[in-house]
Amino acid sequence: MSRTALFLSVLLLGPVLAFAQSAPDATRSAELVRMVRQDCGSCHGMRLTGGLGPALTREALAEFPLDSLAAVIVHGRPGTPMPPWKAMLSEPEARWIAQRLQQGFPEESAGVR
Amino acid sequence: MKRREWLAAAAALSSVAALGGLAGCATPVLRGTGDLGVVIGRANGTLYLVDTSARTLIGEVPGLGDLSHASVVFSRDGRHAYVFGRDGGLSMVDLLTQRIVRRVMQAGNAIGGAISADGTLVAAQNYTPGGIKVFDARTLELVADVPAEYAPGKLSRVVGLVDLPGRRFAYSLFDADAIWVTDCSDPSHPVTLKFDAIGRQPYDALVTPDGRHYMAGLFGEDGLALIDLWADRPEARRILAGYGRGQAPLPVYKMPHLRGWAVAGRRAYLPAIGRHEVLVVDTESWAEVGRIPVAGQPVFVMARPDGRQVWVNFAVPDYHRVQVIDTQRQQIVQTLEPGKAVLHMEFTPRGDAVWISSRDDNRVSVIETRHFTTLARLDVPAPSGIFFTARAARMGF
Repeated sequence: MSRTALFLSVLLLGPVLAFAQSAPDATRSAELVRMVRQDCGSCHGMRLTGGLGPALTREALAEFPLDSLAAVIVHGRPGTPMPPWKAMLSEPEARWIAQRLQQGFPEESAGVR
Repeated sequence: MKRREWLAAAAALSSVAALGGLAGCATPVLRGTGDLGVVIGRANGTLYLVDTSARTLIGEVPGLGDLSHASVVFSRDGRHAYVFGRDGGLSMVDLLTQRIVRRVMQAGNAIGGAISADGTLVAAQNYTPGGIKVFDARTLELVADVPAEYAPGKLSRVVGLVDLPGRRFAYSLFDADAIWVTDCSDPSHPVTLKFDAIGRQPYDALVTPDGRHYMAGLFGEDGLALIDLWADRPEARRILAGYGRGQAPLPVYKMPHLRGWAVAGRRAYLPAIGRHEVLVVDTESWAEVGRIPVAGQPVFVMARPDGRQVWVNFAVPDYHRVQVIDTQRQQIVQTLEPGKAVLHMEFTPRGDAVWISSRDDNRVSVIETRHFTTLARLDVPAPSGIFFTARAARMGF
């Protein structure tokens, strides 16, 4: 490998590696997308348009602070059917889900970053 | 030919022609629908039609919208399936011609439905706008709209809708801690009887197979609400109060479902909320007579039609398992792993087999209930609810 190529690889991989420490890898990301669509979907709807749980569309969550959203996923909402998911998700994973919900959640078939 | 004979012959000819046209001019094969059923294709808005005798897929009907949490009731002749979609779509599907006969968008967000005992009215229960809507079962024209307005301008999400004898429907108001019974004898003037303060957050309900007791499960407290509909003055009372014994509940990752299948003989088997247990209650005294530890948060607790066994499936992350309770020994006698993400089970009419959907394995398994051998596996994409036409003959289904 030429020195330039090596340099370019480091340049390109650097941010990816830094991100990986806090964010799920590709396999886990795909699992999380499926989990949100399918399992969260049993209350929030597979299209996240709501059901017994509220809608989780980009529009519905626009005003919701990211930290609060991540906290609701981790700790649940006492007094409502929203359970704490901390037994099944790490805090960075919950935050990753919250971010993507606010961006408009990816479809299962679509590639996930 | 006399006029009457000629008319009869013409009618026979035209019906043969109609059947021939639908079957692509092939000779029509007459058949009953008593051993037919449907499987919901959750991800692709498709209804898969099945033959429970041949244990095969016999057709598919696409175009039914968002079928997450879809449910189905049948016309009393067992020919038409009414499919209630999450997106408020109500579709009437002919199982023989395998086509959508009618389809209406009746709400923004719906959760299920029921059909009246006389087969003339189909009712949908809705989250948005909260309430029930009642339709002519033949035309799907709206005949009654009952918003679940429990306070001025406030509509409750409706759960636990069942049919009662005499064109009545009972349902629960999740946001209002109430049970309502609406009499649609005259659909243009529905009359609603309201029971308030029945317990916190009813999440689903059932009517016993005799139509006497309506029971709502409570999410917000340990216990269930019960109404004896045969009483001179029906009132709601609490049963199994405090079944959690003050212990902190486990997370409920999926809400359980209740239907008349909970009743086996003189006992009812009910999912506990936030406890990995099935609660057993005597249906004469309504006292707890046992509890059976199970592998996770129970979602469906379904008696085989003869009541000898009760099958249980679970919420994520324990939903790869299904357990079988023997009702004579009051204990688990079998644990099965039919596939990933088991979402639903349905017994054949006399319970010789059970069909189980495994969403993440894209599979429906047909399992013989006496020796638990797998009789068949059908490939169905992301299957969820399974509904057989025998439901047409059962109250509360």
